[in-house]
Amino acid sequence: MPTQNDFVLSVEDLAVSFDGFKAVDDLTFYVDKNEILVIIGPNGAGKTTVLDLICGRTKAIAGSIKFHGEELTAKTEHEIVRAGVGRKFQNPSIYETLTVFENLEISYPRGRSVFGALFFRTDAAVRERIAEVAEMIFLEDCLSMRAEYLSHGQKQWLEIGMLLIQDPDLLMLDEPVAGMSVGERVKTAELLNRIIRDRSVLVIEHDMKFVEDIAHKVIVLHQGKIISQGAMAKVKADPKVVEVYLGH
Amino acid sequence: MSKTLFASRGNLVGLLLLAVLLLVVFPLVFDIFRLNLVGKYLTYAFVALGLVLCWGNAGILSLGQGVFFGLGGYCMAMFLKLEASSPENTKIQSTPGIPDFMDWNQVTALPWFWEPFHSLSFSLVAVVVVPALFAFVIGLAMFKRRVGGVYFAIITQAIAAILTILIVGQQGYTGGINGITDLRTLKGWDIRTDHAKLILYFINGGLLLGALLLAQFVQQTKLGRLLVAMRDKEDRVRFSGYDVSSFRIFVFCFAAGLAAIGGAMFTLQVGFMSSSFIGIVPSIEMVIYCAVGGRSSLIGAVYGTLLINFGRSLLSESFPQLWQFAMGGLFIAIVMVFPDGLAGLYQTYAAPLIARRFRSGRGGGRIAAASTGSRVH
Ligand SMILES: Nc1ncnc2c1ncn2[C@@H]1O[C@H](COP(=O)(O)OP(=O)(O)OP(=O)(O)O)[C@@H](O)[C@H]1O
Ligand SMILES: [Mg+2]
Repeated sequence: MPTQNDFVLSVEDLAVSFDGFKAVDDLTFYVDKNEILVIIGPNGAGKTTVLDLICGRTKAIAGSIKFHGEELTAKTEHEIVRAGVGRKFQNPSIYETLTVFENLEISYPRGRSVFGALFFRTDAAVRERIAEVAEMIFLEDCLSMRAEYLSHGQKQWLEIGMLLIQDPDLLMLDEPVAGMSVGERVKTAELLNRIIRDRSVLVIEHDMKFVEDIAHKVIVLHQGKIISQGAMAKVKADPKVVEVYLGH
Repeated sequence: MSKTLFASRGNLVGLLLLAVLLLVVFPLVFDIFRLNLVGKYLTYAFVALGLVLCWGNAGILSLGQGVFFGLGGYCMAMFLKLEASSPENTKIQSTPGIPDFMDWNQVTALPWFWEPFHSLSFSLVAVVVVPALFAFVIGLAMFKRRVGGVYFAIITQAIAAILTILIVGQQGYTGGINGITDLRTLKGWDIRTDHAKLILYFINGGLLLGALLLAQFVQQTKLGRLLVAMRDKEDRVRFSGYDVSSFRIFVFCFAAGLAAIGGAMFTLQVGFMSSSFIGIVPSIEMVIYCAVGGRSSLIGAVYGTLLINFGRSLLSESFPQLWQFAMGGLFIAIVMVFPDGLAGLYQTYAAPLIARRFRSGRGGGRIAAASTGSRVH
């Protein structure tokens, strides 16, 4: 086993409880460089809570989260983002009244301090990067459209784009293909496989076909605990997984 | 693109109209007594401008802006009072050379915090810095702890109440309930003459337009867009790597600084400052000015302030009791029926009309006159 510093993300003995209810219980897993790790599991298994813990939205009661060997549990949300962790929410969270261009522009990782933002100028480098990301997320023709008029799937892409423009080392996506058409799912899988080249991706998904398309490794979560992990084929055949999740 | 261009041209026209109204029309139609009154109203517009950014854009409702207006006003008043309390002017006091109210309250030496206000430059800096620093401390304590919404509004209200009590209670140092009165000269220049009042009116108007431009600049920067973004999607902004609290602290301080300039101009034009401008009631009234103007429109905030204050002076001269109800009713009506206030009405009804006129190639002069007319009365 490699030392933990070789991993992009090491989560060890992580736990959190809400009013005595253990939503995440003694969780340990690792994310490798250039790996797509998918977390699956029934509703309420604690999948979203794991992402909340990593990105600092929820504070753990025990355990550690190391990102490139650096402890995240003591950092604030924006420090974690600046360290290189990007997170997409379960419901697409974009700025509806701004255009696609402006959504990407406001996510551009420069001018993040008060005075930086006050004197931020959208120069050629910013425009170029926005055009580049827009093409990656299939929205190059919608740059001047207000985000509220995008389809549900396009909103999901836009939010992924808002993370990509920050060039994070770890991208965490909570149900990225929910509400997407079959065609959009295929494109999203293609997108993820393309962006993996320089980063790691942690995905939560219910769509098994999609998971099979993208996952390098799968973790099955049930009542806050890992009940199975490994390659998709192995996990799918695991009787415990069939019983609590895939069976119905 | 062309749409934003038009919007900014509309903005420019709006700004020019306002400038003409404030700096040409009002001085021509009003006598100096009325003009001075308008000048006083316009000092509240500084507060309303700050509220547009703080409340309208960033979604932070402060019910304590009177605190910053008052602190700015007090800083100015302290300088003027010291100048008015020269040993020659106060030789009948038991301690000459200190403000009269101190003498009446058996204070025998100038308190330490009054000392620096002998200097005009210190006082002018203090006008903005003292309230902004106070806002910074409040903002740091509240926003870092993620206190927001109704809780923040209540806390600012409590601060307004506490500060009023403090000022009233410490009569010997603050002038108490009467405030700091009988202000006379600024570096020897008598501020009570009609001529001085005229000049102060223009300074005030110029500063207000400057404040408007500055606020407009802030609105148009990335920071301005972030303020709106964090009002609507706080988590998305936070998880895009921004420290949400520091932006909130900034806008709260900015609003406080603007309010303070208004307060200082109030002191200069009205000739006194008292705790009655700090408390809960004036603070809430200032929010109403902003709401009536349309809470996210800077120009609207100025018209809202003028409209309410003109309305008050008209109504309360003839029916003093009625005014309170009228103002309450108006606020409810605005919130329920016209949430975007005057600016919203203008956008829905007047702007399309003007745009049509522009397109058909008519000159701007008549439109300008027509639209100022319809907005002021
Ligand atoms: N902030 C919170 N306070 C209290 N309980 C919470 C909180 N967040 C999550 N929970 C509870 O923790 C459990 C796990 O929730 P979580 O959202 O992580 O599930 P999930 O696996 O993402 O489910 P889904 O597939 O439906 O999105 C649920 O029972 C949920 O009600
Ligand atoms: Mg979830």
